[in-house]
Amino acid sequence: MSRGTTSGRIEARFAALREAGRAAFVPFIMAADPDYATSLEILKGMPEAGADLIEIGVMYSDPMADGPAIQAAGLRAKAGGARVTKTLDMVRDFRKTNDTTPIILMGYYNPVYIYGVEKFLTDARDAGVDGLIVVDLPPEEDSELCLPALDAGMHFIRLATPTTDDERIPAVLANTSGFVYYVAVAGITGTKSADTSTIHAAVTRLKNHTELPVAVGFGIKTPEQAQKVAEVADAAVVGSAIVQTIADNLTPEGKATPELVEKVLDFTRQLSGGVHGASRQAAE
Amino acid sequence: MNAEPNSYRTGPDEFGHFGIFGGRYVAETLMPLILEVEQAYEAAKADPSFQAELDDFLTHYVGRPSPLYFAERLTEEFGGAKIYFKRDELNHTGAHKINNCMGQILLARRMGKKRIIAETGAGQHGVATATVCARFGLECVVYMGATDIERQAPNVFRMKLLGAKVVPVTSGTATLKDAMNDALRDWVSNVEDTYYLIGTVAGPHPYPAMVRDFQAVIGTETREQMLDAEGRLPDSLVACIGGGSNAMGLFYPFLDDADVRIIGVEAAGHGIESGEHAASLTGGRPGVLHGNRTYLLQDDDGQILDAHSISAGLDYPGIGPEHSWLNDSGRVEYVSVRDDEALESFQLCSRLEGIIPALEPSHALAHVGKIAPDLPADHLMVMNMCGRGDKDVFTVAGALGVKL
Repeated sequence: MSRGTTSGRIEARFAALREAGRAAFVPFIMAADPDYATSLEILKGMPEAGADLIEIGVMYSDPMADGPAIQAAGLRAKAGGARVTKTLDMVRDFRKTNDTTPIILMGYYNPVYIYGVEKFLTDARDAGVDGLIVVDLPPEEDSELCLPALDAGMHFIRLATPTTDDERIPAVLANTSGFVYYVAVAGITGTKSADTSTIHAAVTRLKNHTELPVAVGFGIKTPEQAQKVAEVADAAVVGSAIVQTIADNLTPEGKATPELVEKVLDFTRQLSGGVHGASRQAAE
Repeated sequence: MNAEPNSYRTGPDEFGHFGIFGGRYVAETLMPLILEVEQAYEAAKADPSFQAELDDFLTHYVGRPSPLYFAERLTEEFGGAKIYFKRDELNHTGAHKINNCMGQILLARRMGKKRIIAETGAGQHGVATATVCARFGLECVVYMGATDIERQAPNVFRMKLLGAKVVPVTSGTATLKDAMNDALRDWVSNVEDTYYLIGTVAGPHPYPAMVRDFQAVIGTETREQMLDAEGRLPDSLVACIGGGSNAMGLFYPFLDDADVRIIGVEAAGHGIESGEHAASLTGGRPGVLHGNRTYLLQDDDGQILDAHSISAGLDYPGIGPEHSWLNDSGRVEYVSVRDDEALESFQLCSRLEGIIPALEPSHALAHVGKIAPDLPADHLMVMNMCGRGDKDVFTVAGALGVKL
């Protein structure tokens, strides 16, 4: 299979982290939550607050893998004018001052399909996007977006889950690039949490099949949990707890309060502090 | 138009595709589960004892076969084609929904599942699911939009009487599509013991094909009954379409009979041009939702729009993928009927035939009323009377300004 040349940012970042002997902290925010300007300000502040890679949610009306916090973030983003084009604008604005922190767009297939797969890949690449996580595209539908993305030099980061049995792992990993995202619980975002030993076993199982870094997400809410995950995985992803901090700092009318950005970045610092303070025992 | 295939009855392919439609667009967490459903269904289909058990329940519990009834007075009223009703409103629970629920509950039992979840709009599928769960002693959880719960109070109470838990859905726009989202979220979170009993010919493969197969008893019976009654096949078939399971059930056994004209009727709500409708084929475009690619009501950013119809059972922004394929291949004609036209047919049928139809088949009947007058007296037309209207009397009274 032909694979296009990637931006190289994800590879470089994980190589540097490996060199430094630490795990990556990966925050998630929804583009334009609660409005474009606030969201961009948070995004720009994230690297300084310890984000090693950043996931940006692409709003979708029917996010079937997401729990209440991210569903609410999507509705706020919609009110804040979120569209695929605005999400790409946000990445483009971010890249004016940061050319090293990898940006991964996370969402569902339909907005990409309607935008047009080829055009989306070209525009996303031009905007400075490094990878995609598309929840509702399992390996069975690889020809839709995964293979065109890899051809276009866009990483396609697959989700592995507790229901992905040994028989499926090779199929799930076959066209995965950049890193593998392990969904720690069978469930939706921001609800249940898994214990560290279960996560450790799952990461070890994946690492038997792949050289790629393994990130872990779903159910990580506190700096302590993030630290525990970082001890056994290559990256810890926190989404719902961050967007909940946005929800907690809105006016009754749903507008950003003056302290919102700093509150979110403070929380991001605490989370990244947890991750970066972890003593690694990750299976190599 | 595409080249005519040798058969319209070979789909879907092994990946669940009907042409470009269908597929399995689900989160990885669910993928092993739907593969398990597919394997179990394939095994059940090949097992004569499964079909025998299903047939027995369809006969003695559901009340099949449903009659094929010559609607003499409506035929006179329209003054053209000879109109027959396939009386699926006479089934236990009052609609075609139970055909599918009975098939899937027997499958869930074979799979050893203990907990059944379902989505419902008007509550008909919820009631049918709660019914079979009660019959087989399985836990039942039904997701229903908060606004639907308010306007369909009798069905909510029915489900509770049958022992089901009805969960109000407030996410998104709190409608049927959100109920389906929440049912999928439940399934992702309860992967060990739970079976998702989808109520229409939509969702990820194998659901569209499986639900069609369980509903195809409608068309299979109609074929035999029409041969008995008239000595030949019907000239045309008409059925209403929300997700499209009653229509697929009637149409499927006739798809390769080229002389049978087949018409699906979508809900045009306040009119297609008003933007407030549920006609995915007429007013939508292909997209991906709830595990399959199909025609969807959506905006230019790929965000799904709310559907509108006076009939809660047609109030869905998508349609089964096989209908999308039959539309694009030209085998089936798809038309749409407005709320006010359906309301008129609802009353006409009640007055002339002594049958109070559900608002869903009232849409089909409104289209019958449009085309039947111009057809010859020897034209045999079958309309699927897929549900009875008891559930709709409050809605209709409200629409007519009558206080109950």
